[in-house]
Amino acid sequence: MTEISHDQVKHLASLARIALTDAEVDRLTGELGAIVDAVDKIGEVAAPDVEPTSHPVPLGNVFRPDVVGDTLTTEQAMSGAPDHDGSRFRVTAILGEEQ
Amino acid sequence: MSELTRLPAIELQGLLNAGEVSSVELVSAHLERMEQVEPTVKAFLHVSDHALDEAKAIDDKRAKGEELPATAGLPLAVKDVLCTSDMPTTSGSRILEGWVPPYDATVVRKYREAGMVALGKTNMDEFAMGSSTEHSGYHRTANPWDIERIPGGSGGGSAAAVSAFEAPLALGSDTGGSIRQPAAVTGSVGFKPTYGGVSRYGVIALASSLDQVGPVSRSVVDAALLHDVIAGHDPHDSTSIHKPWGSMLDAAVSASAEPDLKGVKLGRVKQLDTEDGFQPGVRQRFHELLELASSYGAEIVDIDAPHFDYAVAAYYLILPAEASSNLAKYDSVRFGLRVTPDGRATVEDVMAATREAGFGDEVKRRIILGTYALSAGYYDAFYGKAQKVRTLIQRDFSEAFSKVDALITPTAPTTAFKFGEQLDNPLTMWANDMTTIPANLAGVPGLALPMGLAPEDGLPVGAQLMAPAYEDQRLFSIGAALEALIVQRDGSHISSLVPEPGQPRAQVA
Repeated sequence: MTEISHDQVKHLASLARIALTDAEVDRLTGELGAIVDAVDKIGEVAAPDVEPTSHPVPLGNVFRPDVVGDTLTTEQAMSGAPDHDGSRFRVTAILGEEQ
Repeated sequence: MSELTRLPAIELQGLLNAGEVSSVELVSAHLERMEQVEPTVKAFLHVSDHALDEAKAIDDKRAKGEELPATAGLPLAVKDVLCTSDMPTTSGSRILEGWVPPYDATVVRKYREAGMVALGKTNMDEFAMGSSTEHSGYHRTANPWDIERIPGGSGGGSAAAVSAFEAPLALGSDTGGSIRQPAAVTGSVGFKPTYGGVSRYGVIALASSLDQVGPVSRSVVDAALLHDVIAGHDPHDSTSIHKPWGSMLDAAVSASAEPDLKGVKLGRVKQLDTEDGFQPGVRQRFHELLELASSYGAEIVDIDAPHFDYAVAAYYLILPAEASSNLAKYDSVRFGLRVTPDGRATVEDVMAATREAGFGDEVKRRIILGTYALSAGYYDAFYGKAQKVRTLIQRDFSEAFSKVDALITPTAPTTAFKFGEQLDNPLTMWANDMTTIPANLAGVPGLALPMGLAPEDGLPVGAQLMAPAYEDQRLFSIGAALEALIVQRDGSHISSLVPEPGQPRAQVA
């Protein structure tokens, strides 16, 4: 059984920016250990000499002419924002007190 | 119920073009059907308030003698993963509740240009993560065959809508089986095209190296009809393939008219036909289908694909890794929910509180797993190795396709399970996709079609066909032939045997 600690899950949650409750951290700590054990079986066949595949079909860089295409207006881009001033997204303080 | 809702899309298209039925009549019939069964089935998250106006506009144009696409006036249902500028788009998540995108997905633009009329947006597991639609942030959708059971997922809404005759056609998306597995458990047809065959511009991303959009319907011919509308290169999607596709509809229609499998080599994948992983009735119907195919000239070849046994494990590293990155955009800044915690909160506190409130359990689970798989020190052990398994699975496919024209497997290991049955154990839930995941990992096309009802529970069972990348047309030929042979054998199409939602289903001999 892979040991995943409570603190490890809390750290992952902070990296992923999710304010998990303690109950959620407890549950995920158990689940993550079991999941990691289950997926670990890939190690049986993923030998060092096998090339990794990141994309299912071979594709190189895709270029297009550097011209302006159809773009959203500022109004459209702002239309779904929780808060904005007409041309900029508005958020709360970016820095905490200690910074 | 109006007879119109029971007809296949291909026939409805004929009636529209012959002027024997109007789009308004057709759309009204389906809206009435929705009114009748939606309280039970709940396939939709949003019903369009302007479908009839769009239908009337098409009818007016047709009356004036304007040149219209053949599909003009046909109704369809749209999975809520597709951005629609005229209807809310949530991907089944509370974090996007009420969001109306400022643009249309390319697929949406294409069905509009084809004159098709959207009836509404269908329910799904949140951000397409799930195999039962129980992970929708809004409500669950019932399987029309048994309303105590799941309609599959993530596209349970689209499959339930066509199966309950609420729509003749629907759009889905398939990352690990989200089109095909719901089709299997609802007795309908679903197609996952070759990766890059259909544009993903405006499709809310789950795992970008796996996601593909495709059609859902009650017959192979109808799936081909819708696929022809949505396929093709799109400069807005850099993964979209530059390739003329040819007509899937022509291939399906001609194979359906004269079903024959002479000289077709079909590979039965040993790893996806085992005693321990599959329900007996699923295997029984599968073996009957192999017999039927071989009696019409197909040669059945046993195929060994040893790395398919590792597909689910590799998938549940690759998918969460890509999803954890794709879902970083739900940060309460540009769209969607914002939750501000009490006291002095920085923007990061707001993001964390918003994501805590807006995401459901399955989404959180996969984001945490993906963050783990990508974090320093674990990347090579998990994500890196999963990518190697992907190579091995592709090699299994290449080896198989050097011997056979297509692979044939059950679409799902079991028939529809009951609500709640697998919610407590994510690993059990994930195993439902063992049959469908290999196609996504390799980018090859997969077609799911019904092959009968399981003797033990009377629920639909699906067959899956897979072909090499770019050979989508081959699947429509073989699939339409098989479908016609099954109808010939059984005397009816499985999709027509569905009970009225909430009514008991017939006993199976």
